[in-house]
Amino acid sequence: MTELDLWTYSVVGATFALYIGIAIWARAGTTGEFYVAGGGIHPIANGMATAADWMSAASFISMAGLIAFNGYGASVFLMGWTGGYVLLALLLAPYLRKFGKFTVPEFIGDRYYSQSARIVAVICLILASITYVIGQMKGIGVAFSRFLEVPYDMGLYIGMAIVAVYAVLGGMKGITYTQIAQYVVLIFAYTVPAVFISLNLTGNPIPQIGLGGDYMADGGASGLTLLGKLDQVVTELGFKEYTTQVMGSTLNMFAYTLSLMIGTAGLPHVIIRFFTVPKVRDARYSAGWALVFIALLYTTAPAVGAMARLNLMDTIQTGPIGAETGNLAYDERPDWFKKWEETGLLQYEDKNGDGRIQYYNDKDPEFAAKAESFGWKGNEMVKVDRDIMVLANPEIANLPAWVIALVVAGGLAAALSTAAGLLLAISSAISHDLLKGVFAKGISEKTELMAGRISMIVAILVAGYLGLHPPGFAAGTVAIAFGLAASSIFPVLMMGIFAKRMNRAGAIAGMVSGITVTLLYVFQHKGIFFIPGTEFLMPELGMGPDWFLGISPNAFGAVGALVNFAVAILVSTVTAPPPEHIQHLVEDVRVPRGAGTAVDH
Amino acid sequence: MTSDKRTDYWKANLRLLVVLLLIWFSVSFGFGILLVEPLNAIQLGGYPLGFWFAQQGSIYVFVVLIFVYAGLMNRLDKKFDVGED
Repeated sequence: MTELDLWTYSVVGATFALYIGIAIWARAGTTGEFYVAGGGIHPIANGMATAADWMSAASFISMAGLIAFNGYGASVFLMGWTGGYVLLALLLAPYLRKFGKFTVPEFIGDRYYSQSARIVAVICLILASITYVIGQMKGIGVAFSRFLEVPYDMGLYIGMAIVAVYAVLGGMKGITYTQIAQYVVLIFAYTVPAVFISLNLTGNPIPQIGLGGDYMADGGASGLTLLGKLDQVVTELGFKEYTTQVMGSTLNMFAYTLSLMIGTAGLPHVIIRFFTVPKVRDARYSAGWALVFIALLYTTAPAVGAMARLNLMDTIQTGPIGAETGNLAYDERPDWFKKWEETGLLQYEDKNGDGRIQYYNDKDPEFAAKAESFGWKGNEMVKVDRDIMVLANPEIANLPAWVIALVVAGGLAAALSTAAGLLLAISSAISHDLLKGVFAKGISEKTELMAGRISMIVAILVAGYLGLHPPGFAAGTVAIAFGLAASSIFPVLMMGIFAKRMNRAGAIAGMVSGITVTLLYVFQHKGIFFIPGTEFLMPELGMGPDWFLGISPNAFGAVGALVNFAVAILVSTVTAPPPEHIQHLVEDVRVPRGAGTAVDH
Repeated sequence: MTSDKRTDYWKANLRLLVVLLLIWFSVSFGFGILLVEPLNAIQLGGYPLGFWFAQQGSIYVFVVLIFVYAGLMNRLDKKFDVGED
């Protein structure tokens, strides 16, 4: 066992022991504890738990890589996944907290005086959450298999077992306290390597400032800023300029950002976290704290992305472009390069047979022509997986083994915390909304608690099964989860609070049409239920790729949300207004006075 | 509580929301996307300004917005006597 293995096993083992310890300490005895942690969580503690709940394996592992390869274009993720909290804090969280029930579908069912609306909401919730949880399960399996030399399946089983222990025993209560611990682990794991790398490249230990600093790795000889240096390095090899490269048209970036914001605000597993604080006032502050904790990672990520990209380019292009010795010889590649080649995340192919690595953009006609004159025969880094950017970062920067071990534990913490939050949203929708609310109204609290635990176990097994056998649609996870939340859940929640006139018919018509439009557009591009070969783009009818105003399927949730709003308003104006007591309910939700802890009645 | 007072409270709340959401919109969609090119002509340290708003500045403003909202709503709750204590 190498030193790194020893560190990794110790750090990961210690964090798991901590999570289990918390599980035993924070067992749930009532449905109130199981669904909303008893409703007494301090707003700062809830903010921290929300941050871990929200930041998934994708935020931790993939986002910096997305930024590294998309430059400015990746800003849609940064603004979208943080700006949603402003909408959540200003438009939803305090009011839903005042309403004071256990689940999101419960609000929809009560506000729209309709069991059908509640069931539609449960379906949207389960679809969005299940697709999301598959990604987390895969993240757990991957982290285990890459770092601990444990097979993917075994890693997944270990992850499932850990989640089962604290989520089944403790429900929201156990999840809340483990999420707090997981936040601490993941934020250390993310920022420590970033500080070292920023120090190496810019001489400034704060990554957020380093990214705007001067490039100092050459002692300041170039006189360039870090971003200026990066722009220069990438454009010289035919790649797009880092600080200006875009993701589709301006309209697409606009719609993409808006979709992610609305989707974020409409994700049920995030909303229910705000049911755990004592007061309406706490829900407002808690959203602010959540964003503080999220921003720590989200403002570091652009630095990690840019610096990792620069390190990668500099590793391969060691000298002047076009000079025979300007490129790294394959035999002299560093150890991390070899290690990640073994996992298939990096792939090299010596196209021109010179034993050196040429990494450039062969899709750029101008530079490709120039490259040919150097005797280059195409880009030889045939695969550079974006996840490398976080996973290999500490090794690229030659950081000690304990930092690498910490990154593994951080990735696992991010995946586990989000998985647990999603599983709770799913199981509470089943035991509270479907069983207690619709199909078995008479059950006692004890039976409901047992039902909650059983549905949690079933949800974990389903999630695990889907993690082992990812269906075709796993790749479309992000698109569908955010698209669904944005186009179905957010609009009905917002109108439920801000439009007193909104009625049952309007809400149901809005939800159904919002989801339908979004799913149709996504399926049209990516296949019906993401089954390859069933795409039905019709270029001859003017429906080619991104046909609707150049908006990509991932960015379509915003359009779905607009359709939802429009249909709901139209239908509600031609149908009867909601009954008197519902209008009173809305008025009551709008003022903080009289909020108790979240209750079941 | 009279229904007039409730209406006034709600209207004051909506006014605050409109102002805060205008700022939310300006720093992200405005400075970060629509006006990014002209703003990039200005440098903030080593950052082009538009790029900074898109990847740093907007997030800082979001955080401030939520705390400002929470603080001002507290005051509003007191003024209209609709708070929780």
